[in-house]
Amino acid sequence: MIDKRVLNSDEAVRDIPDNAVLMLGGFGLCGIPENCISALLRKGIKGLTCISNNAGVDDFGIGLLLKTRQVRKMISSYVGENAEFERQLLSGELEVELIPQGTLAERVRAGGAGIPAFFTPAGVGTEVAEGKETRVFEGKTYLMENWLKADFAIVKAWKGDAAGNLVYKGTARNFNPMMATAGNMTIAEVEELVEVGELDPNEIHTPGIYVHRIFQGANYEKRIEQKTIIEN
Amino acid sequence: MLDKVGIAKRIAQEVRDGMYINLGIGIPTLVANYIPKNMNVVLQSENGLLGIGPFPLEKNIDPDLINAGKQTITMMLGSALFSSAESFAMIRSGKVDLTILGAMEVSEMGDIANWKVPGKMVKGMGGAMDLVASAKNIIVAMQHCSKEGASKLLRKCSLPITGLGCVKKIVSDLAVLDVLPSGGFKLLERAPGVSIEQIKNATEGKLIIDGNIPEMKLQ
Repeated sequence: MIDKRVLNSDEAVRDIPDNAVLMLGGFGLCGIPENCISALLRKGIKGLTCISNNAGVDDFGIGLLLKTRQVRKMISSYVGENAEFERQLLSGELEVELIPQGTLAERVRAGGAGIPAFFTPAGVGTEVAEGKETRVFEGKTYLMENWLKADFAIVKAWKGDAAGNLVYKGTARNFNPMMATAGNMTIAEVEELVEVGELDPNEIHTPGIYVHRIFQGANYEKRIEQKTIIEN
Repeated sequence: MLDKVGIAKRIAQEVRDGMYINLGIGIPTLVANYIPKNMNVVLQSENGLLGIGPFPLEKNIDPDLINAGKQTITMMLGSALFSSAESFAMIRSGKVDLTILGAMEVSEMGDIANWKVPGKMVKGMGGAMDLVASAKNIIVAMQHCSKEGASKLLRKCSLPITGLGCVKKIVSDLAVLDVLPSGGFKLLERAPGVSIEQIKNATEGKLIIDGNIPEMKLQ
């Protein structure tokens, strides 16, 4: 067993420099690495490129890093729900690259799987296709998309062990498993760091080989964006 | 004329037993409420779930369980959870039988525009481009005209395109129409109290009216 444990979020992000390219797991605020985002705020590094499906909300998630102007560029599929984001985008302070969600997921997957490019039908005939190679397979046109990789991939899992094996919960899985594979350095924060041997090898979602640093996070807020309930 | 619930109810009539279905945000999400209880269908959530259940009771809220609209949800028995890559793999490979989504414009060739209004804040396409590029069957829920009365069923979309030649059927507040592979909106049903004349006036694209057009029946 190779021990991947670090003490906390500050130790986990200690060597992330200015202008780094980061991947951050999560869909909306579900499954985001809350502790590492706080550590990046404390560290105060700037000029970050953040590859993340969304950009958080004004006062939570990546929105916190936007407020402190630590982000130079977002690569995302959907960036609504964030007024500060909108302001920075319209003023030209922030660069944004919008990518269809399935293409984003597959580009990250490809980056972690050693596949430099692939063809997808998403975006054919749209402005997403501008400047990209297309090819016809079985009579249908597809768009070539390149892999995405990151200097640091930061993911959040439910449970993990010292070997870096991860298990996710519910729809908090989302982009985390692919991002874990696509980082030159992958940091995992987990709600529960369990003893090695406690996780059933049959049920591990992310094998430890992809994870370089792991720690048990604290004080998870798990904020809900759209609380929707039924009455009895 | 149909309200949002009416549109959702009419679209629910297109659902068949055994379908895997992806519902978009807005009116499409409402469709789930009107699928007949004796039908077995599985709802797919693009953020990684097959088997979306009803919204939870307050005491059962789980922040780790949301739908594509970021609403809290529950899971049906027999659900499966997976990553975003796997979610779009099943979408692209045509495993999802029916996709229901909203639109700002549809052209008579079945092109759809629903992600961007130039000059306004652009929020992104989310999963819409992936869905429309691959879905076997796409039904669009939309208003026939803008608030200013301009038709949204057009010869050619004026807004940036989400996907080309992909819409099969439209349920609007005025009518049910098929989009023919050869081009044109074929009128199938009128909404309650709506005349053919009204639909003609509200449709800028090629409208095909063949024989008697019945008024739609809603439960």
